Order: sequence, then structure tokens, then C-alpha cells
Amino acid sequence: MNHRGLRRGVSNLMVGLVTGVVLVALLPLAFILVNLALQGAGSLSLDFFTRTPAPAGESGGGVVHAIVGTLIIVGAASAIGLPVGLAAGIYCAEYPASRLTWTTRFVADVLNGTPSIVVGVFAWAWIVATQRHFSALAGSAALAILMIPMVLRTTEEMIKLVPSSLREAALALGYPRWRTSLSIVVRTTLPGIVTGSLLAVARIAGETAPLLFTALGSQYLSFRPDQPMAALPLTVFTYATGPYEEWHRYAWASALVLILVVLVLSVGARLAIRRRFDFHG
Amino acid sequence: MTAITERKLARPADRSPLDHASYGDRIFRGLLTLGAVTIPLLLGFLVLELWQGARLAMGKFGLGFVTNSVWDPVAVQFGAFPLIFGTLLSSLIALAIAVPLSLGVAIFLTEFSPEGLRQPVAFLIGLLAAIPSVVYGLWGIFVLIPALRTTAFPLLREVLGFLPLFRGPIYGPSMLAAGIILAIMVMPYVMSVSREVLLAVPDTQREAALALGATRWEAVITAVVPYARSGIIGAVILGLGRALGETMAVTMLIGNRHEIAASLFAPGYTMAAAIANEFSEAVGDVHLSALAYVAFLLFVVTVLVNAGARLLIWRVARGSAAGGKAL
Repeated sequence: MNHRGLRRGVSNLMVGLVTGVVLVALLPLAFILVNLALQGAGSLSLDFFTRTPAPAGESGGGVVHAIVGTLIIVGAASAIGLPVGLAAGIYCAEYPASRLTWTTRFVADVLNGTPSIVVGVFAWAWIVATQRHFSALAGSAALAILMIPMVLRTTEEMIKLVPSSLREAALALGYPRWRTSLSIVVRTTLPGIVTGSLLAVARIAGETAPLLFTALGSQYLSFRPDQPMAALPLTVFTYATGPYEEWHRYAWASALVLILVVLVLSVGARLAIRRRFDFHG
Repeated sequence: MTAITERKLARPADRSPLDHASYGDRIFRGLLTLGAVTIPLLLGFLVLELWQGARLAMGKFGLGFVTNSVWDPVAVQFGAFPLIFGTLLSSLIALAIAVPLSLGVAIFLTEFSPEGLRQPVAFLIGLLAAIPSVVYGLWGIFVLIPALRTTAFPLLREVLGFLPLFRGPIYGPSMLAAGIILAIMVMPYVMSVSREVLLAVPDTQREAALALGATRWEAVITAVVPYARSGIIGAVILGLGRALGETMAVTMLIGNRHEIAASLFAPGYTMAAAIANEFSEAVGDVHLSALAYVAFLLFVVTVLVNAGARLLIWRVARGSAAGGKAL
């Protein structure tokens, strides 16, 4: 019985330790966000959002080319990736017994774990090497491939939450399957599917590795998808690893803009999902 | 003749009226099938393209590519051993730091946390997963590395300098810096999966241990964690899969040198970082093909690691589903 105090002591110590670990784990997040805000905010200005970079060594300029580039590249990637991911996700949820469903789900898991740089190499071999020049479209293709498995998974999981009674009611009323799927099942779970898609967009918006040798980056404002194009993550990378003080400041400011975009998309999506569940629960 | 009419007549009868597919249904299913088929086709195409890109280097260096340490684009000699070594070592450092932290957080959240803290803490840790890799790299270059170089590394060398791991000159960019940033990046994944696995442990496990007189901690360690063991191992392996393929932050922090050093303070290289740095500036077909070979190897390794992790997590999840039904 003498051990009892000791055992209780050990228990309390470990509980305390585990609680402390939470603080340690949250520390990097706090540091990263505070550093970004402190270092990045100072360099944000109207010029930063409206002008292209000044020639190396000179001061001034902005990153409008990268902001526009990211919008175009991510927009095109979503235009390719969302329909495929959504269709595949609905397929997997609506035809769970099909052998194709099993294969697609398994392959989507494999793709989900594939490093983004490997997908970049694939897009390079597929598009850049055959066209013999770098292009924004190749970058979009790489991002779309990264996006598809994420969209598929969330779509499928959201649709599975729809009670089968709803589907049965629609079918019993004489709705054809396609209308049941689209205007009853998908419609009911639409907010969930939209937030899942937003999360996927947020994830690919910050991807750098697959763009390195597809979209390549550029110093100029470009709207042509068949040419190299700048993107915010690439700008952060080039400026952060470059030699000039000024570049480093731009790297911080670009990173701040990038993370704001990503966080607004992903936090907004998560909050929306939670509210939805609260509503139903 | 009669057989044919019989078959014709028989066909509509085996189908229930609900199964009767209208044109709309066929078109709908056709479009969805198109989407679903795209994904396996893409993967097949990906493997094929990587294989074709790597074929030149595979033919030239064979399997010796994996064990050879020379990487010389000028002499057209390529061996990936330092890259493979760096990839494994940086990932192991990351896991060594991230696993205790993630498990601690997961245990806190499932076992000890006040109800009101659970969601916010899980949400904040999850935010770490939303931060782009390149932002980690930026933060690593300008905040983490200076801090490590001036305080943490000298301290480590003083205290643990008897180990060859912590000897030698201190550069900023190093294997250890890359491992630390990887640890931060991998933590949310390991944490969220192990939290799910711990949540799947039935409460009867905890109650039984407590009823036998175990303290709160003893109940966790003797009854909860062992029950979830294979799922936790799965979570760790999933984290390993993430760490192996992580590119930008590592590229920016590891120092990018094709060398194997005993010291963790020395620069190194990883497979992903080498592809990122050299691919767009590769000199000649063999160099390019060697990098594609590296990408192919990286792909194969991450697929195997992820498949193993999923198998383990799936086993626990299935067990808990069965347990749930039994209750």
C-alpha cells in the first residue's frame, strides 16, 4: 500500500507531462504565424499588389505577376481536377459494389500518398518534355492530379452520410436514379462537398514542388497558359533563397499573402463543416 | 427459334422495374464512370512515364544505383546512396521528435483534456498541416536556423558531444535542421490519426483498468495504448510516408550536399530535394534520367510505406467496428 502514493505521483506527473507536450506542440504554430505577421506585414503596400518586380538589385516593385499566376494556375487546376474528383467521388458512393469503385478508391489512396515532387516529374515528362517548353498548363495538370484524390475522398464520405431512407423515398416517388443522385443526394450534402473542394483548393494553392519544373516561374505578368508563369509559392522560394535583403522582405510578404489565402480557404471550409454537423447533431 | 424468343421474353422479367435504366441513367453513370476510370488510368500513366524517364539510367547503372555514392554530372556517374541515406535519416530524426509529441497530444486530447479544449487544440494542431511547405522553409531559413546555430546546436554539442552524431563544425543548414522542420510538419498527421485510433478504443478497456485499481496514467498505458498499438504504428508509418516525400522545406534547410556525414550538424541531401534542385537544370539525358530514377524509387518506397500504414490502421478500425457492434 506504500506504493500507492508513488503510483499516484507518477500518474499525476505523466498527466502533467502530456499536458506540457501540448504547449510544446503548439509553439511552432504560434512562432510561424507571429513571425509571418511581423516580418511580412511591413512590406505589404499598394505597390506590392499592383506592380511587377523591379530588376534585381533595384528596390520597389511587387508581386502582382505571382498573384495573378497563382489565380490562373490554381483556377485551371480546379477546372480540371474538380469535375474528375467529384464524378469519381459520386461514382464511388453511388455504386459501392462495383469493382471499379474498389480500384479507384485504392488508387486514390496511393495517389494521395505520392510525394508532390513525383507528380511534378510526371507532369514534366508528360507535358513539358513532349511540348519542349515549360508551361503554366503543365503546372495546373500536376496540381489537378494532387487535387483529385482529396476531392474524391471528401465527396464520397459526405455522400455516405446521407441516410438511405432519403434515397429510397425519392426512388419510390418514381425519380430516376440520376435525378435521385443529383437533386436529392448530392443536393443534400452540397455544403459538405463544397467545403471539401475548398480544402483541396487551399492545399494545392500552397504547393511549390510540382510547379518547379512545370510552370517554372517568371518575372513578368503573363496570362498565357502555354508559357512559363509565376506563382506565389515559387516567388517565396526564389526570394527566400536569393541573395538580396530586399528579396527576403518580399519572400516574407509573399508568404504572408499566401498563408492568408490558404488559411482563409481552409479555416473557412472547416468552420463551415463543423457548423453543418452541429446543425444536424 | 423458340430458344431465342424465350430469352428475349425472359430478359425484361429478371429485372425489377427499379433497375430499369433510362437513357438519363445510362448517361449519368457513363459520365461518372469516366471520372472514376480516369484515376487508375492516371496512375498507370504516371508509373509508365516515370519508368520510361528512368529507363536510360536503369540500363546504365542498374540496381547498383542504390548503393553507389558518386554523383557527378560532369563525369556522367550517378549513384543515389547519399540521397537515400539522407531521406531515411532526416525522416527518422523527424519521427524521433514528432512521435512522442504527437502521441502526447493525442493521449492528452482523448484521455485527460477538459471537454472544452479538445476541439480547439485539435484544430490548432491541424492548422500546422495547412501551412504550405515553402512557408516552413522560409521560416526555417530565417528563424529556426539562426536560433539553432547560436543556441541549440552549441548546447547539444557540449552536452552530447561524446556521440559522433553531435560533433564537428556547426553550419546552419544541416540534417538536424531539416529533421526538426520535418518533425513539425509531420506532427499533425501522426497526431490526428493516433487520436482517431485512441478514440476507437472502447471505454470498457479504460473502465476495466480503473476498476482494477489502476491510476489514470496506468489505465492509459496498460489498457488503452496497447489496444490501439497497431493503429498507432500505422499512424507513425503514415507520418514516415509524409516525411519521405516532403520536398520544399527540406530543400531549403538541409544544405544540399551529396555527402554522407556522421554528424547531424553537417549538410546532407534527400531524394526529393535533389529532384527539386537539379531537375530543371539537369545537364544531359543521363542526369535527367538519373533524377527520374530517383523519383521512381521515391514513388515505390512511399507507396509501400503508405500501403503498410493503411493496412495497420484498417485492422484497428475494423476491430473497433466489430467491438462497437458487440456492445
